[in-house]
Formats: sequence, structure tokens, C-alpha cells
Amino acid sequence: MSESKSTTAPKPTTVEVRVPSRLGFEKVVMSTAASVAKLMGFREERIEDLKTAVAEACINAIEHGNRLNEKLSVGVVLSAGADALEVKVMDDGKGMNRQPGKLDKLNKPDIDRKMRGEEVPRGLGMFLIQALVDEAEWVAGDEANSSYVRLVIRLDKDAE
Amino acid sequence: MQNETKARVEQLTSPAGHPVAVLRFEGDIASTSKDAVIGTYLLLPKETKLVLLDFTKVDYINSSGIALVIQLLIEASNSGQKVSAFGLSAHFTKVFTMVGIPKYAGLFADQAAALAAL
Repeated sequence: MSESKSTTAPKPTTVEVRVPSRLGFEKVVMSTAASVAKLMGFREERIEDLKTAVAEACINAIEHGNRLNEKLSVGVVLSAGADALEVKVMDDGKGMNRQPGKLDKLNKPDIDRKMRGEEVPRGLGMFLIQALVDEAEWVAGDEANSSYVRLVIRLDKDAE
Repeated sequence: MQNETKARVEQLTSPAGHPVAVLRFEGDIASTSKDAVIGTYLLLPKETKLVLLDFTKVDYINSSGIALVIQLLIEASNSGQKVSAFGLSAHFTKVFTMVGIPKYAGLFADQAAALAAL
């Protein structure tokens, strides 16, 4: 007797949020992402990582993508899969003028250069995003499509 | 949407007898916090040599807020001051460490530990 098993992966559960391009509203997305991650069983430490990464992605979309234009909004889609949470943060602007694809190295800030005034104190957001999640990908938009950043944070089955 | 940053200064003496200025922050630390963070720091008397940053009542710090802390450290370094911080959550202690801040400001769990290290 053979047991039939489905080979189709379960469809991810999605949650969508749309916030105005006003600084501070990234906290609404942070709270939503934290709630979804908690339901999925992420450890508190990973939820804190996710909150910071999601907040920074939203701030980039608000400041650089939508250039603080409150007529434009930032859309966020959270897709909860069996072993990972994917977060897409989309802006309505031209994006960050980056080539599509993953950044191939960690854009680590140099604190010594910052302290000497050779590097501006700002510019930490993308580093934090890359350092705190398992995958980060920036995709530039065109006339028809929004720019977005896609983050993935995985459930660590051994540690969760 | 953001909780306004509040900052106040308290003058203490370390166990070793040194005068210490403590900047106590409250609320969010973000791009709108420049007056609270840098403005309050610049009001410290010029003879201040030891500065503690109290983050105990801070819930949210973003990259712009961290940049303000770095800006404060630059000002302090230029003035020959030693800066330490305490009261950060485990997450923000990790984030500050990832950025390299402990090289220029010691991070401590609480005020007693920070004062004892001076």
C-alpha cells in the first residue's frame, strides 16, 4: 500500500500594508512584521533584527524612493512561508538608482573614517539591512513597475 | 508617529571622584532628534571631560539616530571628552557594536557599571 503525498509546497500566507511617505510610519510596518514573525515562531532576537531591517527599508523607500512626497505611499507585502518570511518594500518613485540584483558584499561602514570626517556619519541603513537578514535584494523599477527591496529572514529550526 | 526625543542633563560624581555629565534620553532617536541629541550635548560646560549617554528609556533608534550618536562622538573626540553609554537593549547593543561604536564609546548594561569604569 502506497501513501500518496502532495509535492506542492503550501501557498505562503500574505499580509499587505500601505503607509504614507512620512517618516515615523515605518513603525507601523515594524509592528506588523513583528506580529507576523511572532505568529510564525521566530525567536525574540530575530524579531528585533527583522524590525530594524524592515524599518530601514521603509525609511529608504520614504526618503530616497518617494523623496518624502506624501502623495506617494510605500507598499509592503509580507509572505509567511513554511520556513521563512519574505518582506517586499515597494516605493512609487524611481527607487535608489541601483542595478537589479543582490549586493555582492556587505557595505560595512568604517567608524574610523566617520570619526575622522572622511565619511559622513549617515549611510548606515543598507548595511544594517544586509547584516540583519538572511537575504537582501534591491530591484530598480521602470516606467511600469515600482522599485522594491526584498528581504528574507529564515526560521532557524534548530534554534527556534 | 514618532515619539518626540526628550533629553536632560544630570551632573554626577564617579566612584573615583570625577565629575560626570549624564545625558538622559527618552522617546525615539531618529532624524528629527538632532536638537535633543546634539543640541543638548552642546549645552554641556566646556570643562566637561566625562560624558555618559543614558538610553534606558529609548525604545526605537534608527540609522539616522545612530548617525547622530556618531556625530556626538565626533564632537566629544574633538573636545577631548570620554563618552560611554548604558541602558541599550541587547538588540541595540548588537547594532551599535556592528557599526563599530564601542571603539569610541564603552557600552555598559547600567549606570553603575558605566560609572565604575570611569
